[in-house]
Amino acid sequence: MNRREAISRVALIMGGTIISAEYFLSGCKPAPVKVTELFDKQHIKFLDEVGDTILPATKTPGAKDVHIGSFMALMVRDCYNPENQQIFVNGVTQLNDGCKQKYNRDFLGCSLAQRTEFLTLLDKEQKEYTHNKKEEQPHHYFRMMKELTLLGYFTSEQGCTLALRYLPVPGKYDGSMPYKKGDKAWATA
Amino acid sequence: MSTNTYDAIVIGSGISGGWAAKELTEKGLKTIMLERGKNIEHITGYVSANKAPWEFEHRLTRSQQMLNDHPVLKRDYVLSEANLDYWVNEKESPYKEVKPFDWFRGYHVGGRSLMWGRQSYRWSDLDFEANARDGIAIDWPIRYKDIEPWYSHVEKFAGISGSKEGLPQLPDGEFLPAMEMNCVEKDVAARINTHYKDLRRMIIGRTANITVPHNNRTNCQYRNKCALGCPFGGYFSTQSSTLPAAMATGKLTLRPFSIVTKILYDKDTKKAKGVEVLDAETNQTYEYYAKVVFVCASTLNSAWVLMNSATDVWPEGLGSSSGELGHNLMDHHFKCGANGEAEGYDDKYYYGRRANGIYIPRFRNVFGDKRNYLRGFGYQGRASREGWSREIAEMNIGGEFKDALTEPGKWTMGVTAFGETLPYHENKALLDKDKKDKWGLPVLAIDAEIKDNEHKMRVDMMADAKEMLENGGLKNVTTFDSGYTFGAGIHEMGTARMGHDPKTSVLNSWNQVWDAQNVFVTDGACMASAGWQNPSLTYMALTARAVDHAVSELKKLNI
Repeated sequence: MNRREAISRVALIMGGTIISAEYFLSGCKPAPVKVTELFDKQHIKFLDEVGDTILPATKTPGAKDVHIGSFMALMVRDCYNPENQQIFVNGVTQLNDGCKQKYNRDFLGCSLAQRTEFLTLLDKEQKEYTHNKKEEQPHHYFRMMKELTLLGYFTSEQGCTLALRYLPVPGKYDGSMPYKKGDKAWATA
Repeated sequence: MSTNTYDAIVIGSGISGGWAAKELTEKGLKTIMLERGKNIEHITGYVSANKAPWEFEHRLTRSQQMLNDHPVLKRDYVLSEANLDYWVNEKESPYKEVKPFDWFRGYHVGGRSLMWGRQSYRWSDLDFEANARDGIAIDWPIRYKDIEPWYSHVEKFAGISGSKEGLPQLPDGEFLPAMEMNCVEKDVAARINTHYKDLRRMIIGRTANITVPHNNRTNCQYRNKCALGCPFGGYFSTQSSTLPAAMATGKLTLRPFSIVTKILYDKDTKKAKGVEVLDAETNQTYEYYAKVVFVCASTLNSAWVLMNSATDVWPEGLGSSSGELGHNLMDHHFKCGANGEAEGYDDKYYYGRRANGIYIPRFRNVFGDKRNYLRGFGYQGRASREGWSREIAEMNIGGEFKDALTEPGKWTMGVTAFGETLPYHENKALLDKDKKDKWGLPVLAIDAEIKDNEHKMRVDMMADAKEMLENGGLKNVTTFDSGYTFGAGIHEMGTARMGHDPKTSVLNSWNQVWDAQNVFVTDGACMASAGWQNPSLTYMALTARAVDHAVSELKKLNI
C-alpha cells in the first residue's frame, strides 16, 4: 500500500530526461561556474541568500538557518545529471545578470525588497514556463533553486521540528483529529 | 552421518522459506535454511529504521551514483537511500530482458518479507475455479476448502489486522482489530457502499501489521517506516516472526551466502538427495543432504534452481517434463486509477502514520456483471492532506508562502487498481545460454508481456476509479495510467504451476514436483492463476499445508 505511493515530495528534478539544454545555455557567457565551485564561500553565500528570500525567517527559522546553500550545492553535485547541473550553474550567472540589468547590482548587492521583487517575478516566469513546457524541454533553473530550498528546509531538523510537527513514534492512529487553522502539518507522511 | 545431513532443506528465507522453516522445525525436523545473500539481524540490522529525515544525506532522494548502480531498481519507488542494502546488487546478478521486465529482488535473509507491502487477502473459489470456468490454462488442483484451515493457521501466527465483511469474493479471516479509516475515507466508503447497493464495497485494508501485541511482538506504532525493518516487530517478516519461532525449536540452521546451484537428483530413487551450494563469499562448493527439499527461492529463482537440476535426465531441468517449467509467468498489472479532492474537512486531520489504506475488492465479472474481458481487479488507496510539497498557485516566495506551507493543504484521495494477469504459456523465464552472473552461473532471460485481456481491463480500471470516486463525493477527479512494466507489481507468479496432471503442470496438489516427490515448491512459482489479490498470504498458507503433507508422507515412508 504505502509502498505503492509515489515519492510524494516535490516532483524533484533529479534524473529527468533532458534532450537539449540549449534554451538556457544560449545567450550565456561560456559557463563561468563549475559545479565544484558551488561550494566556494561566495556561491554558498549566494545560494543561502536566494534560499532565504524564498523561505525567510518568520515565526520560525529561515532557509539560511538550515544552511540551505551547502545543501543545494551538495544536491546539485550528487543528484543532478550533467545537463541539469549545467542549467543550475548557468542559472547562478543568469540570476545575477538579471539583477544587474534591473537594479544595476548583483543579487547579493540588492536590498531585501529588490531580492524579493526579483525572485517573485522569476518564480512567476518559472511557473508559467514549467506549466507550458513539454516533458523533453529543459527545466527552469529557478524551479530547481526553489525545489531544493523547499526540500532542504522542510526536511531539515529545524524545518521538521519547528516549522512542522515531527513525531517519530506516534504509537496510535486517529483518523479524525480536530484541526484548527494555524496548526502545523506533520513533518513526515 | 555427515554434518551436512539434515532432515529438511529450505532454499530461500523470504515469506515462504521462513514459513517452511518454522513449520518443519516445529514438527521436529532438523532443518537448514539456505539464503543466497547476507544476513540482516532483526532490529540491529535495521540501520535506518530510527533515522530522522535530516539524517539522510540526500533527504531520501536519489543520487546519480544510485541511479547508475541500479538501472532496474531506479525504475520504481523501490530505490531509496533509506534501504539500499535491502535490494539486490544488480551488477553482480544481472538478467536478460527479452521484453522489458522489472525484477526487484531482495537477496538477504528475510528476502522481500522485509520490504513487502503487507496487504494480506484470502482467495475464494471465484479464483480457484476461474481457470476451469473460463477454459484458461489448467484447473487449480485445490479449492478454497483445501486451503481455508491453512489460511487460519498462518493468519493466527502472522497477525493480520482487518475487518470482517462477509464478502463472498474476499473471505474473512482470523483478524486482529482493524485499523481505522480516516474521516474522509469513512464518508467516501459509506457513499460508495450505498450507491452500489453493497455490490461494490470500500473496506479498510487487511494488513500484516499487528494492531495489538501479538506473539511477543509490539503492536504497530504507526510510524510508516515498515520497509526499513521494524524494531518493534510491528509487521510480519521472517525476522520478526517465523525465524525466531524456528530458532526457538533448536532445530534450525541458517546459512547465509549460500547460493543453491542445483538440486541433487538420484535417478535410482527418483528423489532429490540434497542440494549443491556455492558459497557466495568463498566460491567453495558444498553438498547438503536431506529427506525433503523445500524450494522457496521466489518465483523466478525457484524455477532457475529447478532448471539447473537433473539436466542429465531432463535437459530443461527438474520438473520440465511437462514443458511448463519457467512458463506461465504472471504478475499484477497496475498503476492506473484516479485521484480526487475532498471538500469540507478543513477542521479535520489525522494523528499517526497508518501503514495501510483502503481496499475495494473485485466487483467486475462477478455478481452477474459481465465484461469484454475475463477476471477483474481490486483497488488500494487512501485519503490524506497535502503537505509542503504542494504548489500554491497564487503564491510565489516569501514569508507568507512559507507559513502557508507549514500548514496541511487540501484533502485528496487516490485509488490504484491491481488487475489479474492471465497465465500465458509464452510468458516465460528461461536460462540464457550466454550471459553469466558474478559467480559464472547462467542468468534468466525473461520474456513476458500483458495482452489484450489486460489492456481491456485497464480501461475499466481507470474509468471505474473515476466513477466511484465521484459517486463517493470527491471533486475534480482525474484519472491516470502511468504505464505498467511486467514485474513492477512485484507479484511474480506461475513458473512451476500446480495441477492435476503431470503432463501439463510441474507440481501436484501438494506442491510436490511430479518428477521428484520429495521436492516441494511453495512460493509464487506454484500459482496456476494470479487472482486479483496480493498473493503472499496464499504462499504462506500453501507452504504450511505442504509441510504438513510432507511430514505426514515422511512418516508413512511415502517419500
